[in-house]
Amino acid sequence: MKQTFAALVSGIVFGLGLAISEMINPTRVIGFLDITGDWDFTLMLVMGGALVVTLIGFPLITRRSHPVFAEKFHLPTRNDIDASLLGGAALFGIGWGIAGLCPGPAIAGLASLSPSIFLFVAAMIVGQLIGGKLQGVIARQAH
Amino acid sequence: MTEPNIIGGLAGGALIGCASLLMLLLLGRITGISGILGGVINWNGASDWSWRSAFILGLVAGAAIYTIVVGPLPIDMQAQGPALVLAGLLVGIGTRLGSGCTSGHGVCGIARRSPRSIAATGTFMLVAIVTVFVTRHLLS
Repeated sequence: MKQTFAALVSGIVFGLGLAISEMINPTRVIGFLDITGDWDFTLMLVMGGALVVTLIGFPLITRRSHPVFAEKFHLPTRNDIDASLLGGAALFGIGWGIAGLCPGPAIAGLASLSPSIFLFVAAMIVGQLIGGKLQGVIARQAH
Repeated sequence: MTEPNIIGGLAGGALIGCASLLMLLLLGRITGISGILGGVINWNGASDWSWRSAFILGLVAGAAIYTIVVGPLPIDMQAQGPALVLAGLLVGIGTRLGSGCTSGHGVCGIARRSPRSIAATGTFMLVAIVTVFVTRHLLS
């Protein structure tokens, strides 16, 4: 219950951040990615603003023995850079470059009730399910 | 093109960072939105479904609060129809295979100095820049 409430509050703060920074707007994102056009560096400020907070805060938090509402930290442990990571990141980059939407802004953008955003999120969910199947196939071939 | 939003960008970015700190401090979790969404979709009775769906609901609620307090969300679409669907599919498949997106790899992973996240962020940024160049300048 505490975890659910904490996640809800974090989600609200994150969603507000996406709206205030205008990262919810595909035109802002494409404006950043279009480096040979009339470059809009807002996205760099957003990542910079977020990274200042996380770079300072993360090491302080992980010094604790455990999180406030959980028994242990769930942090990724892998360090290998494999084809699935880079290939997946590349496919994501193509989609991001076409629409100017990544998962966070797309989900937060549902609040606009725009049919286009609903269409994008539906396609993204189907894509995640396909990606899950592909992961299974890749894992079977590796063994 | 639009003028850069300096105050909104920095303030919004700091809020995104704070939300990620809250998730780590309170739940011990990385704020990777594609991963959180993936856990909601692949529901298998796991106990973490409720915090995952609460976070996703919060994202929408945060944007809705902005609408109430500030005004309509600034959303100008850049793709429509089949291109939008293709983009959504690629974002879904890619974030699943690549284990993350702009939040998990870009904000949290870099803060953890994870080599995988730094490699993934560099890759999707570069590929997105090339994609925009090809679609906006070479093909149009």
